[in-house]
Amino acid sequence: MDILQITVLGVLASILYILLKEVHASIAFLIILITGIVIFFSIIQQIQLIFETIQRLGDQANVQGLYLTTILKIIGISYIAEIGAHLTKDAGLHSVSKYIELAGKIFILLLAVPIITAVIEAIIGFIPNI
Amino acid sequence: MFVDALILFQIAGIGIIVALIHTILKQMGKEEIAQFATLIGFILVLLIVVNGLSDLFQQIRSVFLF
Repeated sequence: MDILQITVLGVLASILYILLKEVHASIAFLIILITGIVIFFSIIQQIQLIFETIQRLGDQANVQGLYLTTILKIIGISYIAEIGAHLTKDAGLHSVSKYIELAGKIFILLLAVPIITAVIEAIIGFIPNI
Repeated sequence: MFVDALILFQIAGIGIIVALIHTILKQMGKEEIAQFATLIGFILVLLIVVNGLSDLFQQIRSVFLF
């Protein structure tokens, strides 16, 4: 039932955007922004449910808490970077949106460093000393 | 969800009314007041949007364990 509401909201927002674009471009852009916020708000509660499930499963399987937290943080960073990149792209700033995506990638890589180090150390552990 | 859709209508209404006021004041020849009206309308809308944005970021921070 929520998907219907979200779709209607999107159609409504686009109609209002077209209506306001000619008279007031800046407020039309803010309509896009608030639409994104509203839609994300309605899905973030479901995301929270999924994450709680994932964490419970991870606890049951004795996965180290550090790895799970890192993965959740990476997913969060990608969502935020996606929102920012799309908003700036809508405002016509393609280069800035590319920079936001680049920053998101760099931060994800930075967060993944402990996991990569653990993997490489494990591989080096397998290699016998000559 | 309904309250959220209300915000959308609010912003669109403010935009249309501000555009109307701008046009009328321009017709009356009061250019500066028209600019001020536009600016104040924009600030009002910006206030609503920034509030929503801060709520969203708080929610993201709590969900994604930052």
